[in-house]
Amino acid sequence: METLINAFFNIGILRETAPYLWAGFKMTALLTLVVVPLGVVGGLGVALLSQTKAKPLRWLVAAYVDFFRAFPPLVLLMFIAFGLPFTGLDLPAFAAVALAFLLNTSSYYGEIWRAGIESIPRGQFEAARSTGLSGTQTMACVIVPQATRNVIPDLISNTLEVVKLTSIASVVALPELLYAARQAQSVTYNATPIIAAGIIYLVCLWPLVRLLARFEHRQIALH
Amino acid sequence: MGKFGETFLNWEVMAQYAPKIVEGFFVTLQLAAVVVATGLAAGLAAALVRSLRLRLVNFFIVAAVDVLRALPPLVLIMILYFALPTVGVRLSGFVATWLALSAVLAAFAEEIFWAGILAVPRGQWEAARSTGLGFLQTMRHVVLPQAVRLTIPPLTNRTIAITKGTALGATVAVGEILYQAQTGYSFSYNPSPLTLGAIAYLILFIPVVWFGRWVETRFAWKR
Repeated sequence: METLINAFFNIGILRETAPYLWAGFKMTALLTLVVVPLGVVGGLGVALLSQTKAKPLRWLVAAYVDFFRAFPPLVLLMFIAFGLPFTGLDLPAFAAVALAFLLNTSSYYGEIWRAGIESIPRGQFEAARSTGLSGTQTMACVIVPQATRNVIPDLISNTLEVVKLTSIASVVALPELLYAARQAQSVTYNATPIIAAGIIYLVCLWPLVRLLARFEHRQIALH
Repeated sequence: MGKFGETFLNWEVMAQYAPKIVEGFFVTLQLAAVVVATGLAAGLAAALVRSLRLRLVNFFIVAAVDVLRALPPLVLIMILYFALPTVGVRLSGFVATWLALSAVLAAFAEEIFWAGILAVPRGQWEAARSTGLGFLQTMRHVVLPQAVRLTIPPLTNRTIAITKGTALGATVAVGEILYQAQTGYSFSYNPSPLTLGAIAYLILFIPVVWFGRWVETRFAWKR
């Protein structure tokens, strides 16, 4: 028991490494604050594009979504972080991570928005057009507001996944929480920093998990 | 374009590392297969135990599921692979990744199965029991067949997402596709192995995503 506490919950080491973990936490928070809005808006754009009448464009959007949903995010991240410099484009680590995340999350958010938009009865669209609203105005003022209300649980659920996904940025040495924890662990030869990072993730994300569990039950039951 | 091809589509380098990538392909498949098998089985078992409605056991199941849903999978893999050795438990990269991903899949699967079981009307239970069927028999012949139908779309989605997580094994030296691609890139200092790895992932996952979408539409309107 004594060894367990020393190995996993060592207060001395925790105090020593706390500044690094805090810096990592701030980076994770920054990454989340940048990536989530980009992804949500990007996804909405993708979904709106998928509603176009031009078949080639619709096909292109479908291919984009399929591609980035099939591609493991870590592989995409490595490709962009390590491959892009070879094309002469040298992005800073944060930008490379943000780009990879934008591509990946916009396809997931895009599917969510698309399902939401398509679940609005066609009559809404027809009625709006017949009162003189243009296609764009209809989307902006009639369809999307209604769709938003329907997809909020799914958006939140996906956002939770995105926050968890930020941990893979540690693999390309972006100094976020998991990276800081790993560095601290290898320097101190003690696992306390990683356990602490795990607890931090838990404390931040558990409330969201509880909230979503309720939505899920309702969703499955109402099918 | 020539330089781009030379960098990212260098046939010589790709031919050199193709055998390794194929090796990695099979490791990825293996890992994904065991993760899905144990994850779904454990999730179903946990949901069945939960339906026994034992207060204390339920508390632990819900706590474990919440933790596993809130933690990023990579953090869990890192804890199993880097933190456990400090208390004498040494797991291989493959086992650490398998355990972590199975546990996460089991947690999500348990929630989905549980929601499905709850969605089956209580009357079905009562009718089945009143005809003399035991608890397990009721589950097997009456409740689960109805519950499972509701669970298939969310379950497929979640399973596909987890199998993409096998790429995370590369961070703990599991010889799957990304690891082989990364090693090839480091040795040859040419990103072509990464391209080859990307292609391998697409070959693996695009059919899986199509299958998932087919399953979703097939089970969409059934009640």
